[in-house]
Amino acid sequence: MALNQITSSSRSKLLKPLSCFSSSTSLRRPFSSSSDDNTVITVETSAPFVGHNIDPPCRSVETTPKELLGFFNDMAVMRRMEIAADSLYKSKLIRGFCHLYDGQEAVAVGMEAAITKKDCIITAYRDHCIFLGRGGTPFESFAELMGRKAGCSKGKGGSMHFYKKEAGFYGGHGIVGAQVPLGCGLAFAQKYSKDNTVTFTMYGDGAANQGQLFEALNMAALLDLPAILVCENNHYGMGTAEWRAAKSPAYYKRGDYVPGLKVDGMDALAVKQACKFAKEHALKNGPIILEMDTYRYHGHSMSDPGSTYRTRDEISGVRQVRDPIERIKKLIISHNLATEKELKDIEKNLRKEVDEAIAQAKESPMPDPSELFTNVYVKDFGLEAFGVDRKEVKVVLP
Amino acid sequence: MVFHFCITRHELLLFEALREGLEEEMDRDPRVCVMGEDVGHYGGSYKVTKGLAKKYGDLRVLDTPIAENSFTGMAVGAAMTGLRPIVEGMNMGFLLLAFNQISNNCGMLHYTSGGQFKIPIVIRGPGGVGRQLGAEHSQRLESYFQSIPGIQMVACSTPYNAKGLMKAAIRSENPVILFEHVLLYNLKERIPDEEYVLSLEEAEMVRPGEHVTILTYSRMRYHVMQAAKTLVNKGYDPEVIDIRSLKPFDLYTIGNSVKKTHRVLIVEECMRTGGIGASLTAAINENFHDYLDAPVVCLSSQDVPTPYAGTLEEWTVVQPAQIVTAVEQLCR
Repeated sequence: MALNQITSSSRSKLLKPLSCFSSSTSLRRPFSSSSDDNTVITVETSAPFVGHNIDPPCRSVETTPKELLGFFNDMAVMRRMEIAADSLYKSKLIRGFCHLYDGQEAVAVGMEAAITKKDCIITAYRDHCIFLGRGGTPFESFAELMGRKAGCSKGKGGSMHFYKKEAGFYGGHGIVGAQVPLGCGLAFAQKYSKDNTVTFTMYGDGAANQGQLFEALNMAALLDLPAILVCENNHYGMGTAEWRAAKSPAYYKRGDYVPGLKVDGMDALAVKQACKFAKEHALKNGPIILEMDTYRYHGHSMSDPGSTYRTRDEISGVRQVRDPIERIKKLIISHNLATEKELKDIEKNLRKEVDEAIAQAKESPMPDPSELFTNVYVKDFGLEAFGVDRKEVKVVLP
Repeated sequence: MVFHFCITRHELLLFEALREGLEEEMDRDPRVCVMGEDVGHYGGSYKVTKGLAKKYGDLRVLDTPIAENSFTGMAVGAAMTGLRPIVEGMNMGFLLLAFNQISNNCGMLHYTSGGQFKIPIVIRGPGGVGRQLGAEHSQRLESYFQSIPGIQMVACSTPYNAKGLMKAAIRSENPVILFEHVLLYNLKERIPDEEYVLSLEEAEMVRPGEHVTILTYSRMRYHVMQAAKTLVNKGYDPEVIDIRSLKPFDLYTIGNSVKKTHRVLIVEECMRTGGIGASLTAAINENFHDYLDAPVVCLSSQDVPTPYAGTLEEWTVVQPAQIVTAVEQLCR
């Protein structure tokens, strides 16, 4: 709704020359001052792609006003949700582990822009925003985080176990690196069923040192599986900087015989270009590794202040220069798709929507006690749950 | 009206029965596939998958590299989308490397996703003490896996129940671990020609009796039957039940037997500490305490790594003579 308001109001604005932010030289626009939702805008990525055993895609990315405004909208919701989760955790409504994604939103939205819901995504425990990207709602997320029945996993998974089967989102995994073989299994099933779809298996720079990753990569390459391994390199594996954990922190090169691409993960358009490129590659030639150079503003999780192993200057420096939402904002403003005030209004509305979702989630009920024993097994032989001696004996002896 | 039913049978070995069950299920459902080391071109280290790769192709009967952790994970991921993979551990002991995938992903995903994902996977392979295979290749993993919530465990012991349990495990929507035994693959039996599927949760009455209930599974069934011959000559009437279902226990069959005989002897190949027998003893004590005339006796393997020397290896597992002595003491 907000989107239509913006495009209709920009029709009355005069065309302004481009600011120097995006060094794009080819802006195709009709001379009338209406900016069509689907006008193609070409933008150069902030940094070149670096390839390993592959020719990188070109830096010019095509996008549309609708897409850019969509990016802004989605990233703003994600950012708002993560910040809200922070305060909910501090007020003890969210317990246990809570790993926040703010700073890394560009990876989630850029990836979604390049693929369909039939393609699969699987990630580790920093999964709230990927869930949103796949079509989850803030209400489902907050309900799950607060352990309510209406949560996406009925309150039984928690922060690290968000799933959305119908949208091809396979979670949500707590053990570092264990999702990578699962992701290759998803790709195996896609190849088996000849779906022409791909799987994006996401992991972090910490998980990149897991042995099962190399095992899975070997199998994916052997079988030419349509698996795209995405390393979200935020440069810290919990409290350990990448150079202290990896002899070779060039994660995109670690595939050796598997080609790799290094991408600026704070630039949603670069992520989109890379994912599109990777999907085409994976469908024809098998696995490829994408290293997303990104950054998380929060610590590893809510129990980590995030400043004992890095300086506050570093964090604020990245926020000033590379923030993904600011980048899209500048693009939108410089292309006259909306004014600063309009964007602020959108953010305010989104903030209200997120707050409403929180209020709704706070009111929603906890799971029934009987839910303790459901979904342990799929209902077979009419039994709900059984250990070695079963909760319900089949027949009561007289 | 007189009903004639003629059950035609054919004779085969246990590993062939497993293969027959597997092949019938692969014919029936194109989503069933096999993954493991040397299952394809080599035909399986115990010939369970011999000839299947030629028939179904290299993708459906997949030769994996030696990477248990990740090919088990790959199978779980494939199962999340609806495929029905069967993972073969060349020896059950190797699956310890895949413990994380079996415990956390295989067992728990149905629960943590609030029921969204089913994991209809079968994990099978030979375990147990063989002929001087050494400590690392003689492990019994049923005791390690039994606590994992969300999985089912069965152990086959005859060609008849091997085929039936294999088919049932493949058709089940839950993850099932099928324990085979290295020394039982060449057992011969005549099994029905007609298709049959057994229940994953039922125990098998091997020999009805009155004096004592002997609960056993896998290879120890044969040691128990050998001891039963001696016991019958001595005037005892043991009831022998092959429990087959290790998780959950078939407390219906077991309970009825305890009600009849009032004495229980468990004979297993698992280690004494934390084994299947330990859980079964606790379950029987809790549920059927009123029917017991004597404490439950459990004979298990010794808590030692299996030695190589033949005589020492013999003493790590329960022998028929020990079973006879235990029954005599129990029935005093």
